Amino acid sequence: MMQITEGSFAVAEAVRLCRPQVVSAYPITPQTHIVEALADFVANGTLDAEYITVENELSALSACVGASAAGSRTYSATTSQGLMLMAEVVFNAAGMRLPIVMSIANRAMGAPLSIWNDMQDSIALRDAGWLQFYAEDNQEATDLHYIAYRVCEDHKVLLPAFVCFDGFILSHTYEPIDMLTQEDVDKYLPKFSPPERLDAADPVSFGMYATPEYYLEFRYEHDKAVKGAREIIAEAGKEFKALFGRDYSAMVEGYRLEDAETVIVAMGSICGTVKDAIDEMREAGKNVGLLKIRVFRPFPSEEVAKALKGAKCIAVLDKNISLGAKGATALEVKDALYGSMVPVLNYILGLGGRDVRKRDIKEIVARAEKGQGDQFYGLRTEVL
Amino acid sequence: MALAVGCRAHPGRSRDNKTGSWRVFKPVFDHEKCSKCGMCQTLCPEGCINEDAEGTFLPDYNYCKGCGICAAECPKDAIVMKQEEK
Repeated sequence: MMQITEGSFAVAEAVRLCRPQVVSAYPITPQTHIVEALADFVANGTLDAEYITVENELSALSACVGASAAGSRTYSATTSQGLMLMAEVVFNAAGMRLPIVMSIANRAMGAPLSIWNDMQDSIALRDAGWLQFYAEDNQEATDLHYIAYRVCEDHKVLLPAFVCFDGFILSHTYEPIDMLTQEDVDKYLPKFSPPERLDAADPVSFGMYATPEYYLEFRYEHDKAVKGAREIIAEAGKEFKALFGRDYSAMVEGYRLEDAETVIVAMGSICGTVKDAIDEMREAGKNVGLLKIRVFRPFPSEEVAKALKGAKCIAVLDKNISLGAKGATALEVKDALYGSMVPVLNYILGLGGRDVRKRDIKEIVARAEKGQGDQFYGLRTEVL
Repeated sequence: MALAVGCRAHPGRSRDNKTGSWRVFKPVFDHEKCSKCGMCQTLCPEGCINEDAEGTFLPDYNYCKGCGICAAECPKDAIVMKQEEK
């Protein structure tokens, strides 16, 4: 049913429909509205779950680890500083192969303190062994939660996932959203049934000590599971499309890529702005396209290489930076295109909530075509 | 030992996991010098020195990590630590 709702509330509603049995989270801007709504659902009886209140994010994710190991479908949400406080548990949850789904309302990292959007938080934890989905709009943000649970709990995957959507830009924006019904979600998402769970009658420990003779092999298996999630993501996306019409089966999405000479690669809400800018540039006779990356872990290297075949120039937009190197997406795209000799230019932009407008996208395309890249875009040099 | 997803383990795995592989120095017992006082068994932090039917004390090399406490405390100097090549 179509309804106009705030991004955070829509995500909370989608999570409610997934029937999590345990929710544990700590409020932090701009994620707070999600967990406030979930606390309301539990209090008013529309969500039959344990809502565990905790003193901070480290405890929130720790509670989820215990609950998930005990066989519950679990949910958390956080952002920025909260995610960093969780970091130790983020790695542990993945290594223990617990299918926790966590929303990240992407926000910049301090210092300096910023409550505004960029993607530094989830990108900083890209090596933790979680799947990472990035939404362009609130419809996608809600739908990716159903898909994330479906993929993560598959016995061939058994991994946790971040569902990332841009803080404020999406989380606090009202958009028309086609919400699924409980009946729909029940049809799509089977009950969580882990292969093994904590049980006092048949004790088991999770995440035990691995000596040097075993640790390397555990990491190999973990990497294989993250890479292997590709197939399950495709399957889950196809079934979602068959039931509800929206297609998330591909890890990347092209927009007007046909005969595109300059291609922009981006993730998240900025893709909407890029699409509008591309439409205007196409009208003006420029062959420009967009490759949107929806799944960042596992990274869809083959899909990226295939989609970018034929492009003459690639401009990668990153709302994050690995300081001292480049933006995370640019590094991955360069790796995917290694040997192709196509110039890949990186633009670091929109950090800490700086607006990116259509005219900025057009300026980036102009610079990329002149070979000017690998730069911070939009620097206010007058304050430097 | 095959890997379990998420490094899950049921109780009793410390028996399967032969921690003696961590050892660098190995205690070697000289049973001629030994007075069978049992100090080595009492002080062994791993509890891996066993007494047989004749009262002879024998280390279990499957679990001995080579800490050397038995050799340091033996009143008869009947235990020496020798570097082990694997």
